[in-house]
Amino acid sequence: MPAVSPVPDSSSPKELLRAESLFCERDERVLFEDLDFTVSQGEIIQIEGPNGSGKTTLLRILSGLSGAYEGELFWKGEAISSARIDFLSNLLYLGHKPGVKAILTPVENLRALMGMRQSITDKQIHEALKKVGLYGYEDTPCHNLSAGQHRRVSLARLYLSNDALWVLDEAFTAIDKAGVKALENLLEQRAEQGGTVILTTHHELQLKKGFRKITLGQKQNIQSAELLEESA
Amino acid sequence: MSTPSLFRVFATVLKRDLTLAYRRRQDLVNPMIFFVIVVSLFPLGVSPEKTFLQEAGAGVVWVAALLATLLSLDSLFRSDYEDGSLEQLILTPQPLFLIVLAKILSHWLVTGVPLLILSPVLGVMMHLEFETIKILMLTLLLGTPVLSLIGAIGAALTVGLKSGGVLISLLILPLYIPILIFGTGTVQAASNMLPIDGYIALMGAIFALSLTLSPIAAAAALRISLSN
Repeated sequence: MPAVSPVPDSSSPKELLRAESLFCERDERVLFEDLDFTVSQGEIIQIEGPNGSGKTTLLRILSGLSGAYEGELFWKGEAISSARIDFLSNLLYLGHKPGVKAILTPVENLRALMGMRQSITDKQIHEALKKVGLYGYEDTPCHNLSAGQHRRVSLARLYLSNDALWVLDEAFTAIDKAGVKALENLLEQRAEQGGTVILTTHHELQLKKGFRKITLGQKQNIQSAELLEESA
Repeated sequence: MSTPSLFRVFATVLKRDLTLAYRRRQDLVNPMIFFVIVVSLFPLGVSPEKTFLQEAGAGVVWVAALLATLLSLDSLFRSDYEDGSLEQLILTPQPLFLIVLAKILSHWLVTGVPLLILSPVLGVMMHLEFETIKILMLTLLLGTPVLSLIGAIGAALTVGLKSGGVLISLLILPLYIPILIFGTGTVQAASNMLPIDGYIALMGAIFALSLTLSPIAAAAALRISLSN
């Protein structure tokens, strides 16, 4: 077990997000029903399932973008609608569409994206870009970058973020092998520091520590969340 | 983690949108060209008579400004929606109406203000007197922000649709009628040497109303558009 908090704490890991009997239907097709799970501090959770099984929909519901669901969501034990500001101040959501403007440079993009959430200096931005391998591309408009580099601009936000919960939708898309490795390391490091990550990916995660999987099936009901205690 | 002040957030969004507008400046010329073309075709199509143009001039300039703004509205949230930036804007802990207000201000600066600057030239072309042109500019100064503010509600409601162009006009045009009537009415009254204080006060009231309410309405509309 990693040493999460410096304060000796005997209680179970702090619960961040809890879902109770979530139900979502789309185009008269039930994506999931009676979905219950708890996300605690320091956990990495992978949501998996075939294409069209509702992974993105679930992430959009969890991050509060979509209201098309039934059931309850709790943030630190409080109903998410009443804890909305605290929830949003602790959430970093990287969507399917990365939110990177093609006609802005990486620096301008990050300044705009992060500047709305926290005070940030240009030095921090440059360091983050260096970490995702975009050194030398700081002032190139993003439409001149490759798909993977484009994606890396949004991933640079992870190096700038202090948010307690990361929700990453297909974060590994278009990233090369070395990039995937670096990202996996980052996620592990993050979890060790007490950060929480919920992600979807079709990539087989190679994490040293255990992580949980929530499997969304096409058989309309969800297979219960299973705990994988795998060791590499 | 230090959260930036509301003003900083407002300035960040405004700066971002103005940079975007500057990088795409050829798109910005469209509404202006449209504005100039409509007004300059009018004398050719109807009558180049001085008395007629003096009477109709203010109305023509106003209608052209209104249509030019309408033309530019669809792009207000569209590109942000398509590349996912809108999701990021909605997920900031800051109040969304403030961000929307910054976007509207940037829209007004890049479409409303150029129309305002062009209007005296077109006024001269319509044989308007100097005093009347001053009043026309005053009404446009109060009116074009209203056009951007109210239009933002329509743009926010239709951003999730594949082609919102027609719908936005249908939704927004009825809401544009009051400001159009008072805008042209003011200039008409001024050229007939009637007092215009009442008109200006009413336009100011419409401006204040839309300034306070439409960012909130547009923010709510954006949430709805994104939630499906």
